[in-house]
Amino acid sequence: MAELEAVIGLEIHVQLATRTKMFCGCELSFGDEPNVHTCPVCLAHPGVLPVPNEEAIRYGLKIAAALDCEMAGRSTFHRKNYFYPDNPKAYQISQYDEPLAVNGKLGGIRIHRAHLEEDAAKTIHLGESGRIHGSGASLVDFNRGGTPLVEIVTEPDLRSAAEAGAWARLLRTTVRQLEVSDVNMEEGSLRVDANVSVRPAGSETLGTKTELKNMNSFRFLEKGVEAELARQRELIAAGGTVVQETLHFHPEDGTLHPLRSKEEAHDYRYFPEPDLVPLAPTEEMLREARDSLPELPEARMLRYEDELKLSAENAAQLAADPDAAAYFEATCDSAAGVEAQVVANWVTGELAAALRQADGASPAESKVTPAALAALVAMVGEKKISHGSGKQVLAALVSEGGEPAAIVEREGLAQISDSGELEAIVAAAVESNPEAAEQIRSGNQKAIGAIVGAVMKETEGRADGGEVNRLIKEKLGV
Amino acid sequence: MSELLELTVAEAAAKIASGEISRDEYFDAWRGAAAGDELNGYLWRAEENGAGGEGALAGIPVAVKDLFCTEGVQTTAGSRILEEHRPLYTATAVRRLGEVGAGLLGKTNMDEFAMGSSNENSAYGPVRNPWDRERVPGGSSGGSAAVVAAGLAPCAIGTDTGGSIRQPASLCGIVGLKPTYGAISRYGMIAFASSLDQCGPLTRDVTDAALLLDAMQGRDPCDSTSVGIEGGVEAPSRQDLSGLRFAVPAELAHDAIEPGVRAVFEATLKRIEELGGEIAEAPLPHAEHGISAYYVIAPAEASSNLARYDGVRYGMRVEGEGDVIEMYESTRAAGFGDEVKRRIMLGTYALSSGYYDAYYGRAQKVRTKIAEDFAAAFDSFDFVVTPTSPSVAFGLGEKTADPLAMYMNDFFTVPMSLAGIPAISIPAGLAEPEGGGPQLPVGFQIAAPAFAEQRLLDAAYALEQAIGFDARPGEGGDG
Repeated sequence: MAELEAVIGLEIHVQLATRTKMFCGCELSFGDEPNVHTCPVCLAHPGVLPVPNEEAIRYGLKIAAALDCEMAGRSTFHRKNYFYPDNPKAYQISQYDEPLAVNGKLGGIRIHRAHLEEDAAKTIHLGESGRIHGSGASLVDFNRGGTPLVEIVTEPDLRSAAEAGAWARLLRTTVRQLEVSDVNMEEGSLRVDANVSVRPAGSETLGTKTELKNMNSFRFLEKGVEAELARQRELIAAGGTVVQETLHFHPEDGTLHPLRSKEEAHDYRYFPEPDLVPLAPTEEMLREARDSLPELPEARMLRYEDELKLSAENAAQLAADPDAAAYFEATCDSAAGVEAQVVANWVTGELAAALRQADGASPAESKVTPAALAALVAMVGEKKISHGSGKQVLAALVSEGGEPAAIVEREGLAQISDSGELEAIVAAAVESNPEAAEQIRSGNQKAIGAIVGAVMKETEGRADGGEVNRLIKEKLGV
Repeated sequence: MSELLELTVAEAAAKIASGEISRDEYFDAWRGAAAGDELNGYLWRAEENGAGGEGALAGIPVAVKDLFCTEGVQTTAGSRILEEHRPLYTATAVRRLGEVGAGLLGKTNMDEFAMGSSNENSAYGPVRNPWDRERVPGGSSGGSAAVVAAGLAPCAIGTDTGGSIRQPASLCGIVGLKPTYGAISRYGMIAFASSLDQCGPLTRDVTDAALLLDAMQGRDPCDSTSVGIEGGVEAPSRQDLSGLRFAVPAELAHDAIEPGVRAVFEATLKRIEELGGEIAEAPLPHAEHGISAYYVIAPAEASSNLARYDGVRYGMRVEGEGDVIEMYESTRAAGFGDEVKRRIMLGTYALSSGYYDAYYGRAQKVRTKIAEDFAAAFDSFDFVVTPTSPSVAFGLGEKTADPLAMYMNDFFTVPMSLAGIPAISIPAGLAEPEGGGPQLPVGFQIAAPAFAEQRLLDAAYALEQAIGFDARPGEGGDG
């Protein structure tokens, strides 16, 4: 049997960080006491009407622009009808056949559509099942009900669980930079569902998909998709067929369980929402959405690779977070003549390690200014101090800030530049390590480490390693 | 006291403004009158003097259909499911009346959720027609029409989805105006069919209708579909109809019109000509499909609008034996009446997967065609006129067993609702019902292009003056 290729599409809900809800004036909140951010509109009292939140529309357009979508000059809202206690009107106002935006692209993955809708309230089911069926009672918190959402649907372009996870991370960093959402998976402001299917490699037709829900971290997303791919492959290998269904991810053990069919057998009876007029963003709104876009992670990553010649890994690492990217670029600007890759090595390597050892602050939050780091990198590059001393200076910068030159001076870390002095120290070290010297002479290059170590000990690391090596070999005539 | 009750709203407002009568005195006189309601027209009456502050309607009591939310005051929509409901806020239309000094006199009975043409669908019992208490007042704003006609309120407001203001106004012998869709905010008006519902006045005369319309109209930030009437409306004063062209739709001249109604209609056309107006037939080829389209669109929207009455957050709750689904089912089974259930089922079916295009989609196409028919007619005519209702008030219980016969009451009023255009019913005379009996009022309907309310009121006023309808219940009838 041909190898079974994974075909994955994602459906992402992004909670918008507007001041108020999608269709009423209640403030958004997180973690407040239940049912305090409610009004007749979001509780669906008799007679109320929805009024769309203009800020949410602007945020939605911004996301659409960042995803390189075609933004519709006209879009409409529909009613999606279903009964559930978290859905007080018994319909959700959502966009259906005329969404806000279509046909986008991010990180090589095609975006099918992006549309606006409102979030449901939160239900808590008392009792062991944790679900509405079999629970003794259910409580509803309407604070979240009516929060603006943008739903993003990708084409089924992802080919592995890891790719799905990486792409979801790229989406998060992209949306985060727009400052329109907290995009926090644990808190639910970013929710990612996956449509998963397999097909013989090379086939063009799609297999039967299952829909995976409740994966509230990137790791769970990857685990869930991985588990489902394995299940589908096994099933097919055993001669079975995949049944279209919705699967609920259980984070406790990483397993997937089908929702009871009663819960998903819906005919949503969509029809155009008569309480709202079509959404027709002005040219000015569309332009503003496009023009307000900052440089996004994907573009920045490509620029780092192409223009700054960074390794793909470092480019991705630094481009993902706008603050880290700004810090990196400011350091590069101050460190004239130093290769960007060298700066990248320091930022992602030595500095990251030093900060981890200290208080775990990010570079931008730390006491190490880009100018100070640039000066330090330059001193090491120019061999004014050794690499090892550089790390020592960095530790001092992390704990107290300041200028690297002053620290070098204070700590006496300047490299020994007097070759006579260094030659004498090397000679003494060779003499006190006769065994190592003999081994080096007989061709064992590795033995040189012992003598270098002795020199470094004597100079307290202020000697240039390359120079020391050269002098030892010269002394021993090898 | 009784002299106060003889005044029209415009007359009373002028006397209050000049200080000739006091706001409190006037309001109390009407509270006294309302207390004598024997028609089951009111579901709630003000226990205190509610005369408001300054403004064009200072001191004017208004009877408000129980479909409008009134803060702290019961708002049942004529349904059991909202029996104990006291809204947290007041509907924009009612609030605006209050802002120009009007006060709430009472909440009027109505067909449950405005679904009906006879007021027999109220969970709180039928309203009786003041002209003949064995007959219906029409619906769904039957309570509002009956209390104005019977002298239990100086004026009232109601809602019209397919004729619910015009038809009861016609059957009770008063003026009823359905403004252009979007003229008055729907905020706080309990939704039946959102794309059709519109608030409007039920009054003794056309001038009072203009006064109330002007107070209520306007764009409302709480209703995205509200537009308002630019410049508002002024009290009408036109005395003739010269130079105006009135279209009589050929297709609406169907044989279900009672002979008495037809006679009054034709006499009214003659009046129009006497006033200088021109009458001609105009084609409205799709209007006859109005009822079919309406009884798909309105129930479809209603099935969604009424889904919120689930017993979870407010209103009636009937706990079932089992889970939340059972609670929904038992609450809705106990809380809704038969007609509401019938329409929820019709609407749910019309929207369901696989049937949407055949029903809802097609009905919307018919609606567009009807709107185009009117637009074409208004290219060469100023107005379209019809009888408001094919019959005078019919007997209680006469049509309850036959929903389709009941639906045909809306035959002349539904097309304007589907087109979203304004239409007014004015009393045009009396006619003997089919099968004999005392004479009953007959309404004459005039429709105008969207937002042409001023033109509509002016023409209706001129015609009203010429007709001089002054019959009252108890004079022309036996009630």
